[in-house]
Amino acid sequence: MELQEHTSVAADMLRHFEEKIERGDAIEPKDRMPDGYRKHLIRQISQHAHSEVIGMQPEGNWVTRAPSLRAKQILLAKIQDEGGHGLYLYSAAETLGISRAEMIEQLHAGKAKYSNIFNYPALNWADIGAIGWLVDGAAIVNQVSLQRTSYGPYSRAMVRICKEESFHQRQGYEIMAKMMKGSAEQRDMAQDAMNRWWWPALMMFGPHDSDSPHTGDAFKWKIKRQSNDELRAKFIDKTVQQAEVIGLTIPDKDLKWNEARGHYDHGAINWDEFYRVINGNGPCNQQRMDHHKRVHAEGAWVREAAEAYRIKKEKKLHLS
Amino acid sequence: MATDSQLTQWEVFIQSKPGANYIHAGSVHAADKKMALQNARDTYTRRGEGTSIWAVPTDAIAASNPEDGDMFFDPANDKTYRLPTFYVMPEGAKAI
Ligand SMILES: [Fe+2]
Ligand SMILES: [Fe+2]
Repeated sequence: MELQEHTSVAADMLRHFEEKIERGDAIEPKDRMPDGYRKHLIRQISQHAHSEVIGMQPEGNWVTRAPSLRAKQILLAKIQDEGGHGLYLYSAAETLGISRAEMIEQLHAGKAKYSNIFNYPALNWADIGAIGWLVDGAAIVNQVSLQRTSYGPYSRAMVRICKEESFHQRQGYEIMAKMMKGSAEQRDMAQDAMNRWWWPALMMFGPHDSDSPHTGDAFKWKIKRQSNDELRAKFIDKTVQQAEVIGLTIPDKDLKWNEARGHYDHGAINWDEFYRVINGNGPCNQQRMDHHKRVHAEGAWVREAAEAYRIKKEKKLHLS
Repeated sequence: MATDSQLTQWEVFIQSKPGANYIHAGSVHAADKKMALQNARDTYTRRGEGTSIWAVPTDAIAASNPEDGDMFFDPANDKTYRLPTFYVMPEGAKAI
């Protein structure tokens, strides 16, 4: 009897939740939600947060080598934004009952992932252009769609992030456009960066709809609003046009406009590479994690000192 | 190794311009008030989003429970005489 009551309460809760989702109402932190919804969000938002933070590494590597003061200031501002994006997202995930310390622990233990794209190296200045243009460009397409995600704090973080992202994409495109107006060597550099970043950028949207796990609940609960392939198509259509304008070639001989679909068809994505890199065997996986762990450990004394200072001040307050 | 403190969580409210309401922006971690304000500034106002910030320890916030929403807000629901539209204006009288 008791058990039955329990299950019917749970069923009521689920029905109430799904009706809310159906109506298009946002879910807020104190609302009751199915365990699966909470878990899915924690995984997705923390992965998103880690990506923003790890993503600072390939670019941070170029701050001291930026070709002008203007370029250096822009790059610094962009990287600072990415750190901010990480914080907005950790803050959104915390509303679901996980602490930032736990999320960082999961990252360090390899239980939480970050975007695969940051396991590729930024080899030269053209890569900084390609990252802003292609990687941030792909991220924007995904994040614009997530502005309508059902979880309120996540959606609000996305709105804030999207406002800042367009500058990231533009500064990258500007670097590429400038190089394409430069010497033959500079044009080669830009094309080479394009060749290396194009396919990993397409992989950022994840596996094809036909074989991507988890999508069922994510769609039903409106966490995800558009499919991987839909988002990828959006990115390709916009980016091909921008590439043409500055004279870059898309490194895909099968790329062609499909009048009937209203989208470009693209060649086969190398999913073996995708899984090889995601499973830890990309060019920079080890380096990215080592760096994060090292800097986190090296910063521990700052957090400890800040705590000690607070405690000391509180004691003084009590004594006076 | 000492336990890794992530400091205290604070909720951040930003006033976009003088006279405007303070609106919740998100949270930051900080050891004390000064650090909370500095972190809030760096995190949430990099593009002139605000002229003033409040930071409040997350623990200090009392929040209503959405489950009790209907009951909690009930006292307001049946008092339509609190709205100007409840009243019938005499023919010809203009609204002030
Ligand atoms: Fe970002
Ligand atoms: Fe970005």
